Amino acid sequence: MSQPALILRDVHKSFGSGERRLCALDGVSIQVAPGSVTGLIGPDGAGKTTLMRLCCGLLKMDGGSIEVLGLDAAQQPAEVQAAVGYMPQRFGLYEDLSVQENLDLYADLQGVPKDDRPERYARLMEMTRLAPFTSRLAGKLSGGMKQKLGLACALVRPPRLLLLDEPTVGVDPVSRRELWEIVYTQVQEEGMSVLLSTAYLDEAERCDEVILLHKGKVLGQASPGRFSEEMVGRVWEVAAEGLRPRRLQAELARHPGIDDAIINGDRVRIISSQGYQPQAGTLLPTVQGLRLEAAAPRFEDAFVDRLADPDEAQRATPEINKLAPAERTGNPIEVEKLERRFGDFVAVKRISFSVGRGEIFGLLGANGAGKTTTFRMLCGLLPLSSGRVSVAGHDLRTAAARARGRIGYMAQKFSLYANLTVAQNLRFFSAAYKLRGSRQQERIEWALDGFELASYADTNAGTLPLGYKQRLAFAAALMHEPEILFLDEPTSGVDPLARREFWARTNALAEAGVTVLVTTHFMEEADYCDRLVIMAEGAVLAEGTPHEIRARARTPDNPAPSMEDAFIALVQGRETAA
Amino acid sequence: MLRHILALAVKEFLALLRDPRSRFVLIGPPIMQLIVFGYAASFDLDHVAVAIFDEDGGGAARELVSRIQGSPHFEIIAHIKEEAQVAPLVDNKKVLLVLRIEPRFSDHLAKGRGGSLQLILDGRNSNTAMLALNYMRAIVLDFNQYLGKVRGSTGPPVKLSMRAWYNEDLNSHWFIIPGIVGLLTLVVTLVVTALSVAREREQGTFDQLLVTPLRPTAILMGKSLPGLVIGVIEASFIIVVAMLWFEIPLRGSLGALYLGLLLFLFSAVGIGLMISAISVTQQQAVLGAFLFLVPAVILSGFATPIANMPEAVQWLTFLDPLRYFLVIVRGVFLEGDGYALLMDQYWPMAIIGLLSLAAAGWLFRHRMY
Repeated sequence: MSQPALILRDVHKSFGSGERRLCALDGVSIQVAPGSVTGLIGPDGAGKTTLMRLCCGLLKMDGGSIEVLGLDAAQQPAEVQAAVGYMPQRFGLYEDLSVQENLDLYADLQGVPKDDRPERYARLMEMTRLAPFTSRLAGKLSGGMKQKLGLACALVRPPRLLLLDEPTVGVDPVSRRELWEIVYTQVQEEGMSVLLSTAYLDEAERCDEVILLHKGKVLGQASPGRFSEEMVGRVWEVAAEGLRPRRLQAELARHPGIDDAIINGDRVRIISSQGYQPQAGTLLPTVQGLRLEAAAPRFEDAFVDRLADPDEAQRATPEINKLAPAERTGNPIEVEKLERRFGDFVAVKRISFSVGRGEIFGLLGANGAGKTTTFRMLCGLLPLSSGRVSVAGHDLRTAAARARGRIGYMAQKFSLYANLTVAQNLRFFSAAYKLRGSRQQERIEWALDGFELASYADTNAGTLPLGYKQRLAFAAALMHEPEILFLDEPTSGVDPLARREFWARTNALAEAGVTVLVTTHFMEEADYCDRLVIMAEGAVLAEGTPHEIRARARTPDNPAPSMEDAFIALVQGRETAA
Repeated sequence: MLRHILALAVKEFLALLRDPRSRFVLIGPPIMQLIVFGYAASFDLDHVAVAIFDEDGGGAARELVSRIQGSPHFEIIAHIKEEAQVAPLVDNKKVLLVLRIEPRFSDHLAKGRGGSLQLILDGRNSNTAMLALNYMRAIVLDFNQYLGKVRGSTGPPVKLSMRAWYNEDLNSHWFIIPGIVGLLTLVVTLVVTALSVAREREQGTFDQLLVTPLRPTAILMGKSLPGLVIGVIEASFIIVVAMLWFEIPLRGSLGALYLGLLLFLFSAVGIGLMISAISVTQQQAVLGAFLFLVPAVILSGFATPIANMPEAVQWLTFLDPLRYFLVIVRGVFLEGDGYALLMDQYWPMAIIGLLSLAAAGWLFRHRMY
């Protein structure tokens, strides 16, 4: 038992060649202890998936060695694949087969004896709570249920080592909790070893041990507690009377003695610089009634602290011109009984909400909740089935072209021209938004300087690092100083630092009077919004300020519930009502 | 509006030319196809393999054989002595035809009785066989006249004297290469425009484009412009190669040719954008382009005359812009046609272009998801 389940020694792997050579793993050496859950944590592009695929012998490494359960992954890939269970990000479920047929297929593929099957199936269905749906087609399951079925298929024959690649991405909080329960049951019952990758930092705390991966290098391996311990004495929570958390956060983020400031519920969570002891009285002299409390460090605090590069500490936030006060009254965005059907399937069910001027309005929900469909209808990219939308007083689908000049749009996927340079992209989009002459030049320079893109001006947009791609997309959406900004999943897959940068920018926009509509599946980001709706299965579960929504989940046991607690309480409340 | 169209067109050009793969698509295949079509596609036969089964061996027979030997169309690869040798030669495609000269052929001719010849042809490719037969007929006809002259007889009462206009040597290159101008520009323009919207849909940039204040008409025109410009450049290149390299005379007005070319490209761009508006992925767009191209080429009269097609199919050819352009390009090259003569070819292409662009515009607005 004491022998590690997985050993990586100085593993190197890169893709492409020449100038486009991309180093995915750069000298990675790690060990995974048997009978435990090890988390592989890192932002997108850190090399998590490459590492998993190398461990299964699905890729050839450039250098180093990998030992899986005592087998050499490079020399004996077939044996390794027979011994480990691997669940890729998109598990190969057959959408046209039922839940039961998918299970049977994987049992056949794994060679599970017919006699053992009924018992195993019963156990898996009980764990995943899929028993009532065994005859349903896999394609008709919700995102969370699909993920649970995928996990069940990977577990048909309990492997000794289970590799899970981002099993919880975009999954609703309830299903996420259930997935973790299944993983831990397997570890306890079968003595399985699990290596699980995730971009959610709060999940790191559920692991026995955590490996931090960043840009192909291991930044550290320890128990999550050990990571947090380093931060004791540097993490604080600040609140101020009469000052909204967002304003307070913006003030604190500018403070030289503070490395990090994020909104956490009604307070702002800060990390003080090494050797700086903040005092309530002197921290922000201009703010009245400031309260400061030491807080228990979390894994995320340690992660941000390790990742923060002193050179990149100056985060790119361009100056944003204040919008002229609007002549018109009324809400910039109004949605009334909006519905969208695709055949029999109702993606959005008669939802209504409105967004006030200068508000950051959040559309929260898991993948498949109907956020993007709603979003596309608002932008005029998808016709409505019924209902009414009004954006800046128009339905963008039928309105004159000029109405579209008042909105900015940033899609979920990077959607600028990949083989045009940064400067060419900016030039094109500024022209599309009717900027010309010196004004056009001025705005292009604003974008290049403000977003620190100047050094990349002649680089093809497609080859930019992820964080810079997002800056460019953001810049392109802001060229014409829109009064309403639509952002679809802007923080999906970006690292915590880029997320902070993004929210700082969005705050600045809202302060300048821009109305922002943003969708996200990160529940903790709800606190950055002024108001939000939570969507599930196409319907609105709750609407209000983050404070109001969290208050609904307050119980004597949990006096300060998180947004995720609130989401789970809402879903469960609806299920019991139904 | 004009500024918008220009900005879009510049972007389209950059996107096209900065990508090494699409740059290759614009340059590689046209040159390759021009060479392949220019040299390989020909209706003429040269160096047809022939076997001679001479049972006579007399002077007249030798005279005839030497005429065949001297023709550039034939190459005698075997002289055979018995009938059993004929079948293996034809069966194994060693020769396309066997000429059998009857015993005492020279004798019969000398007595003024007329000699007989048997020609055995490999009819597996009827087209080639017909051509070879025609060449052989010409040689025999010539031989007859020669005999008449030598013997002082008056010869056949009527003498057919042939003169082909426009293509004096009946050189099939003259017919095919001007056609390639139409064929290649159609392929390149159609593929470039068909991919343009589909590529943006696939990469998600189309949504970004649709939320800008650009009007669908501006998007449509901005996307048409690169197809038109690339088509004109491509066509000009082939015209120059046809004139200088293949030495095909350009007898008509260059203006009439380019007016036809512009209208032809206009209709091709419209059809390409229509395909693009329907397709969601680039793969669908390429497939769609070829679903249109193959029948368009067959129905155009590029290789087979439209007049030989069944009447219903002939009606269908009126929808094919290549049909009209082939008339123009061949007319201008070989006949020396001008504007007035080609009027009936110009307006149908303009109508096809207008209708297909309108349809593409309608599809843009109604197919968004």
